[in-house]
Amino acid sequence: MSTIAPKSTPTYYDEVVRKGYTRRDFAKFCAMMGAYLGLSQSGLAQVTDALKTKPRLPVIWLHFQECTCCSESFIRSSHPMVADILLDQISLDYTETLMAASGFQAEEAMKNTMEKYKGEYILCVEGSVPTAADGVYCMIGGKTSMQILEEAAAGAKAIIAWGSCACNGCVQAAAPNPTSATPIHKLVSGKPIIKVPGCPPIGEVMAGVIVHVVAFGRIPELDGLGRPKAFYSKRVHDTCYRRPFYDAGLFVETFDDENARKGYCLYKVGCKGPSTYNACGVTKWNNGTSFPIQSGHGCFGCSEANYWDNGRIYSRASAFPGFGIEATADKVGKVALGVTAVALAAHAVATNVRKQNLIHNLEKEGQQSEKDLDNENI
Amino acid sequence: MKNNKVHRLRRVFVWELPVRIYHWLNALCIVALVVTGLYIGSPLVLQSSSEASEKFFMGWVKTIHFIAAFLFFFNFLFRIYWGFVGNKYADWRNFVPTNKRYFKEMWQVLKMDILMMKGKEHLSVGHNAVAGFSYFITFILFLIQCITGFGLYAAMSNFWVAKMFAWVPTMFGGEILLRQVHHWTTWLFILFTVVHVYLVFYHDYVEGRGEISSMGGGWKFIEDEVFDEVKAEKQKKMLAKKEKMETHMKPLT
Repeated sequence: MSTIAPKSTPTYYDEVVRKGYTRRDFAKFCAMMGAYLGLSQSGLAQVTDALKTKPRLPVIWLHFQECTCCSESFIRSSHPMVADILLDQISLDYTETLMAASGFQAEEAMKNTMEKYKGEYILCVEGSVPTAADGVYCMIGGKTSMQILEEAAAGAKAIIAWGSCACNGCVQAAAPNPTSATPIHKLVSGKPIIKVPGCPPIGEVMAGVIVHVVAFGRIPELDGLGRPKAFYSKRVHDTCYRRPFYDAGLFVETFDDENARKGYCLYKVGCKGPSTYNACGVTKWNNGTSFPIQSGHGCFGCSEANYWDNGRIYSRASAFPGFGIEATADKVGKVALGVTAVALAAHAVATNVRKQNLIHNLEKEGQQSEKDLDNENI
Repeated sequence: MKNNKVHRLRRVFVWELPVRIYHWLNALCIVALVVTGLYIGSPLVLQSSSEASEKFFMGWVKTIHFIAAFLFFFNFLFRIYWGFVGNKYADWRNFVPTNKRYFKEMWQVLKMDILMMKGKEHLSVGHNAVAGFSYFITFILFLIQCITGFGLYAAMSNFWVAKMFAWVPTMFGGEILLRQVHHWTTWLFILFTVVHVYLVFYHDYVEGRGEISSMGGGWKFIEDEVFDEVKAEKQKKMLAKKEKMETHMKPLT
């Protein structure tokens, strides 16, 4: 396997044919990607056209503090061609997990790609960057991940932050964050960054983002948090097939109750679907087989920032910064209400004691007027 | 107060009709929002033999919450507007401390009503300074609740008013924290309401000026002596002003 792209770069279609796929397979793949991206017929033609005529995009795929679940998810996306054309052969300029080269050879390959395709290559980053202790917590080839990122980002056309690690730090950035794990967008500026959060993101979503960049030559439309709108504009809750149970007010209370057997809504057992933006309810996982809620487990909120610190997995009530994990809003509220009631009762007693004369005079005055009315000597 | 003379009271129009409508609509909205809001946060586990498609309980609870939210929001905006065009008791200066006298009155109220110290009872025909300031704080709470609430709502609405708040989840870095802030602030509303109702009864009880009924008819009943006092104070001020002017004039003549 050549880690250095040949001079006249083949198109995606060339590579697909070389790999033994038929034109029909290719068309199917394009249609599938078009559907995931929510494209119209004309958009679909554009995708097909682009993959047929455009030279493949050089990609450098870096792995920092992460578990490689993003890569695992990506190579398991439902169409085998996704992995084949986007990763396995063509875009494999540099990726620690999947490339054949190692050591000096691998570093050389990355350097070559960076020089040859300066300003053209897409930089994919999986994992966060530890900034504590000068970055010694994650070093590859004698360099810190921060150095590698800076070098690679300088010549990148765009950066794709794969997964929650690269987007928001994920578990290693959870309190107390001993390595100061930092997401990519806080370290790199001046480059378009596409955030594809999730732990991992859905393989088809990852493929869709790359196909979009290839086909249209620009990054997809992003929301306020930098996520592609095509996949992250709806809550899991809004596309959930259990939503009718939620609207009806029918909830599972424990995982082994009758309501759980009936497949009711998992809201009360901590489902984070109502505050999580992802495509799980539509695209699902493992070739559209299922997704957490369909398997009877609430959404974890894995694609939301700080989901490890923000909430407990099996309860709606979650921790609030500074109040600790046990202090939920309702608990604190009830205690505060009790304290207020006691304080007001004490105040009422104090009023009657301290303002005795005042109240007494008011009463007397009232009684006097009452008498005056009877006596008609107003 | 040894002399037990009977005070003569004069009727003062304090709360105009728009203020009263605002108040009760606001109260109604807050009760509806708190009840439905807490239910949404922690719904009951219902048992049902009917199909989910035949029920819409949670849906209705949410619908009530959203309708009340819009009413609350526009009502709030109206009240801000009325703070600029209403009578002097409705004026925004009652809520925002703008001068030294405001803080002086606050201290006076705290001394008399909270610390229960002995001394001259303060008089505020409309809001006293502490009450006014507490409403200013509730206005900030209203604002927080509107921003967080509509922020959560924006993604599922096409209404431009709700859409205006689409930036909020971005600012909070997602909806989990946003939802928490919204939930915690709800409890501040509950605490405020409890204290507010208590203090209305308290003032009615120790002042006898019709505090409770004032939000019904708009009237408060103020002792005749107070008018004399205010008149005397005004005359004193005028006199002082005149004297000052005269001393300034002297060197000229």
